[in-house]
Amino acid sequence: MANSAASNPIDARPWTFYALGTLFTIYLLFLYGPMLVIYILSFQGPEGGVTFPMVGVSLEWFRDIVRKGQMANIPPAFGRSMLLAALVSLLTVSMSVAGALAFRRRFPGSAMVFYIAIASLVMPGLLVGFGIGLGFQFLGLQPSPFTSALGAHLTWTLPFGLLAMFAVVNRFNRSWEEAATDLGASSFQRLVYVTLPILLPGILGVALSAFTLSYDEYARTTLTIGSSNTQPLEIYALISSATSPTLFAIGTLTTLVSLMLIALALVLSSRLNRRRHGTARVETRLEA
Amino acid sequence: MDRRYDVELVAVTKRYGDTVAVDNISLRIPKSSYTCLLGPSGCGKTSTLRMIAGHEGISTGDLLIDGRNVTDMPPSARGTAMMFQSYALFPHLTCLDNVAFGLKMRGIGKQDRHAQARDMMDLVQMTELADRYPAQLSGGQQQRVALARALIMKPRVLLLDEPLSALDPFLRVRMREELKRLQRELGISFIHVTHSQDEAMALADLMVVMDGGRIRQAGAPREVFEKPASAFVARFIGGHNVVPTAEGMIAIRADHCRLIPPQAAAEGLRGHVSNVEYQGPMVRVAFTTKSGVEVAALIPDNIFHEQPVAPGDERNLVWSATRAHPLAA
Repeated sequence: MANSAASNPIDARPWTFYALGTLFTIYLLFLYGPMLVIYILSFQGPEGGVTFPMVGVSLEWFRDIVRKGQMANIPPAFGRSMLLAALVSLLTVSMSVAGALAFRRRFPGSAMVFYIAIASLVMPGLLVGFGIGLGFQFLGLQPSPFTSALGAHLTWTLPFGLLAMFAVVNRFNRSWEEAATDLGASSFQRLVYVTLPILLPGILGVALSAFTLSYDEYARTTLTIGSSNTQPLEIYALISSATSPTLFAIGTLTTLVSLMLIALALVLSSRLNRRRHGTARVETRLEA
Repeated sequence: MDRRYDVELVAVTKRYGDTVAVDNISLRIPKSSYTCLLGPSGCGKTSTLRMIAGHEGISTGDLLIDGRNVTDMPPSARGTAMMFQSYALFPHLTCLDNVAFGLKMRGIGKQDRHAQARDMMDLVQMTELADRYPAQLSGGQQQRVALARALIMKPRVLLLDEPLSALDPFLRVRMREELKRLQRELGISFIHVTHSQDEAMALADLMVVMDGGRIRQAGAPREVFEKPASAFVARFIGGHNVVPTAEGMIAIRADHCRLIPPQAAAEGLRGHVSNVEYQGPMVRVAFTTKSGVEVAALIPDNIFHEQPVAPGDERNLVWSATRAHPLAA
């Protein structure tokens, strides 16, 4: 008894550990349970419906997506969403990196500019989209995915990107830039060879979150997209009209796309981090 | 063009808004010398260094390096290179690429710049670790890389901002020797900012004591130690007692002071022992005079143990009048 560490009351877990652990488990079930149901049901047999029980297992509903017919709009909508998200991500990154670097130096009215930039986070998305749609109509412009919808998405992703880049840039040591200048780098060389590479892990994070925010966006998109649809709009239309497990198959596929994106980002950033920190950590552990 | 000096500061002032960080200082740093800028924090030593480097603008005054007025030149055109306090090594580059960075900016090809960078790594004895990333190195190793990165620019003057403060005491003494060796071998000037008087005494040919944005004294360490210009300098460099006498303030070195038992016609300062510190070869006896002045005597341990004292003992602190150094008011 005496030499068993686990039996020592000092090492025992308090009851709060179990209470919070239970809470966390419930949260996980709530978060992933419904998704899991959708993934399972997407493999429903050809005779089955949108609810349990499973009537056999098949890939019928995945095939249904690309088949001519009701789902004909899905592949182009998916392509449109990907392209839009990529563009939004690129613009968000370039603007928020530039903005965060500029905000390191306080200038007259900088606080005001900051709050104005961030304020669109609290504005209701539907109204922002409505406003943009009205504005386009007033100016006699056709709303379309890569004009009005692009702008609407940026009102959502830019404040997030800016806030995230502020946090990234906060940890950036100014003397890296001074060292580069000291070593004869021009301001352009300094940006390309020092500032951006050091910020790169944070930049990747911002790019990814802007991409997913845009890929998922619904409220701001509905009134600004014009005649074509993005993926979420298409799915929403299907929910109200179609009653087949095809919807679930679409859900499974889009989740796969998201997971692949996240995996890609993780691989990239862990490769970056391993080079910069990983081996050192292993060594200190060995020394200790 | 006066080329007897590597660096000349002429009435240099640095203002930040209304505050004056560096107040009208002039200084000449001889060729191939080791200079230490020494002072408490906020004394203007780092601002002075950064102005020499070109990372801070000079508000008024002129800066000459090797006889050229470089006041308005960018850092890389001045013939200086700086080693930053936290080393500022680029975390995304290997040590070799860190060292080769300056050459890359000049457009020197990969093979050529890597060969030169390897030579520099040899100079600082870091050859084997060239392919590591900075985060994989210890503090001392990082510092060697930072040194190599600055030295590859072939500077006329190397600027070091508190280079040893991040190291542990043993490493600090070793790197101190190494810095001095490099400076001797390369024959260039080093300007080294520190708040440690030990470091300055050990390294400097020219020791510049600063306070409140001004130079309080500049000279060889021995000259500064033996003839401190003011009570501030005497106190800051340590090892001195600053005491009021009938002739005015004097500085008397603690190791020139002795404690004698109080006698009727006592000379020196009457008071009591407040603390005794054993320091190996010496014993430091802290002493409070009757008028409340805190002083100290550094006594060789064999002499101390012939007539030991303990806290609370009444004694007279005495010194030979020829040793006393009068201070300007």
